[in-house]
Amino acid sequence: MLEVKDLHVTVEGSEILKGLTLTINAGEVHAIMGPNGAGKSTLSAVIAGKEGYEVTKGSITFEGQDVLEMEIEERARAGLLLGFQYPVEIPGVKNIYLLKAALNAQREAQGLGEIPAPEFMKLIKEKVASMKMDTSFLQRAVNEGFSGGEKKRNEILQMLVLQPKLAMLDEIDSGLDIDAMKVVADGVNSLRAEDRAILLVTHYQRLLDYIVPDRVHVLVDGRIVKSGDAGLARELESRGYDWVQEETAA
Amino acid sequence: MSDAVQSDVQRFLDRLSERSTARGAEPTWIAARRQAGAARFEALGFPHRRIEEWKYTDVRAIARGDFHLATEADFSPATAARLTLPVEAHRLTFVDGVFAPGLSRLDDLPAGVQLVPLSQALEENHEAVGGPLGRLTGVEFSPFAALNTAFMEEGAVLRLAPGTVVEKPIILQFLSRAGEAPVMSHPRILLEMAGRSQATVIEHHVGEEQAANFTNLVEEIILDRGALLTHYKLQEAPLADLHVASIHIEQARDSRYTSFNLNLGGGLVRNDLVAELNGQGAEANFNGLFYGQGRQHVDNHTLVNHNAPHTFSHENYKGILDDRAHGVFNGKVIVKRDSQKIEAEQSNANLLLSDRAEIDTKPELEIYADDVKCAHGATTGQLDEEAVFALRTRGIDEQTARGLLTLAFAGEVLEQVDLDAIAERVELAVAGKLPERFNLSGLVETAAALNEE
Repeated sequence: MLEVKDLHVTVEGSEILKGLTLTINAGEVHAIMGPNGAGKSTLSAVIAGKEGYEVTKGSITFEGQDVLEMEIEERARAGLLLGFQYPVEIPGVKNIYLLKAALNAQREAQGLGEIPAPEFMKLIKEKVASMKMDTSFLQRAVNEGFSGGEKKRNEILQMLVLQPKLAMLDEIDSGLDIDAMKVVADGVNSLRAEDRAILLVTHYQRLLDYIVPDRVHVLVDGRIVKSGDAGLARELESRGYDWVQEETAA
Repeated sequence: MSDAVQSDVQRFLDRLSERSTARGAEPTWIAARRQAGAARFEALGFPHRRIEEWKYTDVRAIARGDFHLATEADFSPATAARLTLPVEAHRLTFVDGVFAPGLSRLDDLPAGVQLVPLSQALEENHEAVGGPLGRLTGVEFSPFAALNTAFMEEGAVLRLAPGTVVEKPIILQFLSRAGEAPVMSHPRILLEMAGRSQATVIEHHVGEEQAANFTNLVEEIILDRGALLTHYKLQEAPLADLHVASIHIEQARDSRYTSFNLNLGGGLVRNDLVAELNGQGAEANFNGLFYGQGRQHVDNHTLVNHNAPHTFSHENYKGILDDRAHGVFNGKVIVKRDSQKIEAEQSNANLLLSDRAEIDTKPELEIYADDVKCAHGATTGQLDEEAVFALRTRGIDEQTARGLLTLAFAGEVLEQVDLDAIAERVELAVAGKLPERFNLSGLVETAAALNEE
């Protein structure tokens, strides 16, 4: 589904990713872990199309399409969705506007018409309830005055409505208490499907107790230095990142 | 005054004497005021940019114009139907300042409501008009007010008897025509609302796309005890139209004036709004939204005089400027001595969508009482690029993302607009670059449906 080959990315003149290679197949959940500053967030930002990241070498393809040639909105419509670590507040734009506009944009790209209002209302209410959110959320401006936990839940709500093919979640667990994390994890787990992939970027292993990944990759200094199954995450938890760094250096 | 400037003034005075000759005899008080207006205008000339009040607004496009006065009101009924607001309303229509009975609707006025063109009101009882007319807007107010007084002959008179509640809105529609030569008009509006009366007045300026006329409006609004008026000024005039308006409101005890000054059209627009809060409990709400594109110039000057204790004013103006548009906001609040326990709030926020757009904003407070609650502020910024990115990562194209965010900026003012037909027109204009498939009104409906449950 997603293929990242020998990706080199420069931000403001310094190289952050230094030859990252990663393949994610449909149905899989991958987790990228690593110490601060390793370039974890850079990967998802580049895939989503954030400005200020220069790809100097390598490629990203999604279902055979060259992602780097696609507009930001085209990537989303193709099914690549990023859940932000720090969701931005958008005063005056109601959640419901965002969700409907986004869903219709996606439907249009798929050659479907606008979603009929009753169908939309039904869908939205169901998803809101599953994230244990009140419908009043929909009338509030996107993330404005939301707590950290509410913002993260809102990111997952968008995923549930838009049903991406590849959901990328950047530090989705940061700032969450245990109850909020369970709700977020349930939301993410409900996205697991044979035709869908999930990429988790996280610093802590804690989240992976609730969303058990198929593959775990350790990112150090712009490269994936070690990959394994869920057991690797637990090993990192008990032994820290230094161990991997030493092992690779050796 | 230089020769060129003098000849500009003379050209307008020549038009005036032509007109006066054609008009013939009229009541002495009118002739006297005309003379006073002409004399004042001749003495002042057109305002120039060295005058503080006109520092940012260049009126040479008006001064140098050669404007005639329209004498008939022919207008394509099909075009008029397209331009008229789809609102069930009582309506007075003027074409280039001339009353158009065929495009008006005055057949089902409720008891206690007098709504007539100024010419008719003068014919029926000129003395009843002569008392209030000119009391709030004298010839000293500005050269344009003086010019209006010299030329005034048509406009609207609305009088409400005590306790009269007008259910349907009253539309004062001003149509601008694309003719062979540009014309000018000097409409005069007089609204007298007796105690506890209530009405919604929609002043709508609109016209044929190629029109390039000059409208010089003076409006006097007198609200007696407890009278409630909501006043929409929807400016959708053609982009080459020139528009100057002075609106004065006098408010007695417990009266409330709520203004929506929604400016989308016009090449050069200058509005002066002045509220006199003369009785306890009087409240003035000034809501404004101006959207400028191309080389549009929109100047709003507002003044609230808190002349009595326990009076309230709230002002919220938002400006959105694109291309090389230029906006001016000057909001002044004056609290007289002994006007204690007043509340005055004022805010102006502006959004610049282009590097070449310009805004000059100046909130001013003059307080001569000590027990008051006043706040004011002004901000100017661009669209939040992070928010644009966030919306695009959800599949929303860039134009729509920018449209949504621009609309969101205007939202605070638009949310207060009760008339859907007006809110939708403004929304469409402000977020107008949205592709049609993104039906914003559909989004608004969805939000509304959710609210109802």
